[in-house]
Amino acid sequence: MARTRLALGGSALAAAVALTALTGCGAADMTRQASPYADAKDSRTVTLSVQSWVGAQANVAVARYLLEHELGYRVDTVQIDEVPAWDALSQGRVDAILEDWGHPDQEKRYIDGKGTITRGGDLGVTGHIGWFVPTYFAEEHPDVTEWKNLNKYADDLRTAESGGKGQLLDGSPSYVTNDKALVDNLGLDYQVVFAGSEAAQITQIKQLAKEKKPFLSYWYKPQWLFEKVPMTEVRLPAYEEGCDAEPEKVACAYPHTPLQKFLNSRFADGGGDAAAFLKRFRWTTGMQNDVALMIAEQKLSPEEAASRWVKENEATWRKWLPS
Amino acid sequence: MTATVTPASARPSSPAAARGVLRVFAGHRGRLLCAGTAVALVLGAVFLGGGGWPASLVADPSGPLDRAGDWIVDNRDGHPLFLYFLGHISNAVVVSVRAVYLALLALGWAGVTAAAGLVAWRVAGVRLALTSVAAIAVCGLLGMWVPTLQTLALMVVAVAASVLLGGLLGLTAGLSDRMGRILRPVLDTMQVLPAFAYLLPVVLVFGIGVPAAVLATVVYAAPPMARLTALGLRGADAGVMEAVASLGATGRQRLLTARLPLARKELLLGLSQSIMMALGMAVIASVIGAGGLGDRVYQALASVDVGAALAAGVPIVLLAVVLDRVTGAAGERLGAAPARRAGTGWAVALVVTAVVAGAGRLSGRLSWPDGWTVDIAEPVNGAVDWMTAHLYSGVPLVGGTADWAARFTTWVLNPLRDGLQWLPWWAVLLTVGALALLIGTWRTATTAVLAMAAIGALGVWDPALDTLSQVLAAVAVTLVLGFALGVAAARSTRLGRVLRPVLDVFQTLPQFVYLIPVVALFGVGRAPAVAAAVVYALPAVVRITAQGVLAVDPAALESSRSLGATGRQQLFQVQLPLARPALLLAVNQGVVLVLAVVVIGGLVGGGALGYDAVFGLAQGDLATGLVAGAAIVCLGLALDRVTQPTERRDLARKGA
Repeated sequence: MARTRLALGGSALAAAVALTALTGCGAADMTRQASPYADAKDSRTVTLSVQSWVGAQANVAVARYLLEHELGYRVDTVQIDEVPAWDALSQGRVDAILEDWGHPDQEKRYIDGKGTITRGGDLGVTGHIGWFVPTYFAEEHPDVTEWKNLNKYADDLRTAESGGKGQLLDGSPSYVTNDKALVDNLGLDYQVVFAGSEAAQITQIKQLAKEKKPFLSYWYKPQWLFEKVPMTEVRLPAYEEGCDAEPEKVACAYPHTPLQKFLNSRFADGGGDAAAFLKRFRWTTGMQNDVALMIAEQKLSPEEAASRWVKENEATWRKWLPS
Repeated sequence: MTATVTPASARPSSPAAARGVLRVFAGHRGRLLCAGTAVALVLGAVFLGGGGWPASLVADPSGPLDRAGDWIVDNRDGHPLFLYFLGHISNAVVVSVRAVYLALLALGWAGVTAAAGLVAWRVAGVRLALTSVAAIAVCGLLGMWVPTLQTLALMVVAVAASVLLGGLLGLTAGLSDRMGRILRPVLDTMQVLPAFAYLLPVVLVFGIGVPAAVLATVVYAAPPMARLTALGLRGADAGVMEAVASLGATGRQRLLTARLPLARKELLLGLSQSIMMALGMAVIASVIGAGGLGDRVYQALASVDVGAALAAGVPIVLLAVVLDRVTGAAGERLGAAPARRAGTGWAVALVVTAVVAGAGRLSGRLSWPDGWTVDIAEPVNGAVDWMTAHLYSGVPLVGGTADWAARFTTWVLNPLRDGLQWLPWWAVLLTVGALALLIGTWRTATTAVLAMAAIGALGVWDPALDTLSQVLAAVAVTLVLGFALGVAAARSTRLGRVLRPVLDVFQTLPQFVYLIPVVALFGVGRAPAVAAAVVYALPAVVRITAQGVLAVDPAALESSRSLGATGRQQLFQVQLPLARPALLLAVNQGVVLVLAVVVIGGLVGGGALGYDAVFGLAQGDLATGLVAGAAIVCLGLALDRVTQPTERRDLARKGA
């Protein structure tokens, strides 16, 4: 038995030595954690983070198409939620985030503190979060678009999940939301029901819209679903600078956020054409929506959608290419 | 197992008087338990009062957890622990995955296909070789060539690490009694935990990406290997061992020449189980950046594209089926004497692979040809749209699926949840303990009660009971459907033959793929989570039930028939009672599988613990996520122990 234990210990030691030999002695750099799939076949690779919503997929699809077809890169994409994506960006597992909705804590930690992430400039799209009801419902009951009247409609919006109150449908847990605090602080007779993912939320909204049933949902612009299900925003108390500083006490609307790009610092400096291109990448809400709709509604593959957009908008993307 | 507490096995060592008392106790065990529970209920009502878990008994760990999370993120780039230890592990994983991936790419599609076919031919025969080639070709046809290779590379590394780690653990557990005693319960427990609970801790340490994904997969896939290795080593024929020892073999010789070869069946079974677990995890790990096929499934589901999700899901199923069959066939061939020209066969395989790969290289077609793909996404989406359009609501007479879901939520889930949450906390613990005692032993009952208490202490009592109510509802539905189908399949050979491939496929489909169609059919909420869980757990329950009923001694059936029993009487009075152990095992498996999916149901509005775990992952919020994960672990433990029949332990202990 002792001999076996000795053998086991020996093999463990051998494994440790082999591990060290394999990875090079000394310190491992946790900020250089590139994806194992990167740079295969002697090609230069860029890894982009795709968030789960389709607008973000549209950004990445077009950037990827141009990087691959115009600049000769290979592009890998990884789907990561918003907050973990910052961490992955800092570790170099991804090179860029193309659409960020505002994460002040992470900006402070990674940009100002560690310096592992660099700002990449505006995406050109302005994002806005809000509460929405379907337009057909708002036309029937015009006063529903004022938050003070929401309690009147709580009964219409009740579901099995909302336990006797009206249902406010929320989406993915990864999204920025103050809805629970808003419901409490505005004294609304509503229950926040989390769909758990955007896919589930969209599926639910489409089903309800098909039957012209009323619903109240957390939603955001730009979003392709507006083209399929017209929705009207419910006016919440106006947003003022700093009114959302304390998460528990928020009682105002969401701000309008110019969406930002962020690059890994090492990539921003040494990424060559790809980094220069991604810094210049800047389009409009309408353009993003066109591509997003092709992906989500016509079910084109992101690549196909991007190639169609690229064919028709050469004037726009020519300016992004490094000269 | 120290069995002195259980009356049945205490008998041999006890003195006569105690034996009598114990026998009386054993005979009236059920009644005694009921009486004891009733007394405790009354006492509890008087002294403890009602209500949920008392706030004074909660130890909220979120403060320290938050600080730990911040510390790790802040120190990951500079602290020696990361620089000199964890960083190397991470790099080693990346280097090995990359090496395998590059090797696969270098082989080219022709080379990989040829290699797969030839390896299958050598270990499993011509038929499986053709199946493997077809499966690999389908992966390419579906336009999933590169993701398939990525998943394959990750799998190869993860499975190799699992087998190594599991094998070593199994070796120590198999050779040392003390290690065996320590490891057994740990490994048992790890096997029943939902995969989702493993993700957060590794993400915390390694960050999102391939290393975290590989390590989560290893942690998930190593236990079966360890268990089966230990089982195989302990099961070595005592006579053979004695003979080897009398020939003067040293310890090492005994191990290498007798014990390990004798255990090779179990070792192969362990390998095959590890592979299946790793594949299942490969999809779930896409949430933490595994890439490959799982990531394609995840991305497709984000745009509600069931067809594309299926296109990525099919290769996973095919890989699973092929690997399962090939390792299975290899296990069956083991007993046979090795063919004389085995070496030549392998050489032929090697040469042919090299030639094909070289030819592919020279012709410059390493990647799967773009033109050779088939788009299945559109027709599938068409079918799904049609289903939801026609079944969702307003179907005459029966109502639409949405109406069912609403009714199920209002009349089953809500009362169940409210009832559980209304129950005084000590009554819940008492019920859990009593139930576990009825089915299992003192030991399982204690574990179950402690696990439930831990949930309360973590401060997530209410959400845990919410999850529990979903699990109970889903298990009830699964068992009704599963027993019915299983019995039917056992009694009709034709139905059994039709069902088998369907069950195979459903069991290997990644859990994620179920989520979106159920939302389309049942809306958002707890009902779709329950529905997905039922679909996922049903195959295992059906299979175990059918096997149990089929395994009933034919002589017993024959004699009952000769006594003039009708088919119905045979079923209810002979087959089902005799199949009781199998049915109990089916319940246990059903509970474990249902919990795994109900937890993922957090992604479709299932709420409760699953939502907290998703939230923790999505927001990088360690406190919420880890607490939810720990609570899921405890709930899984409690559910498993409550439903764990003593027979299963005996089976597992065979040859110990």
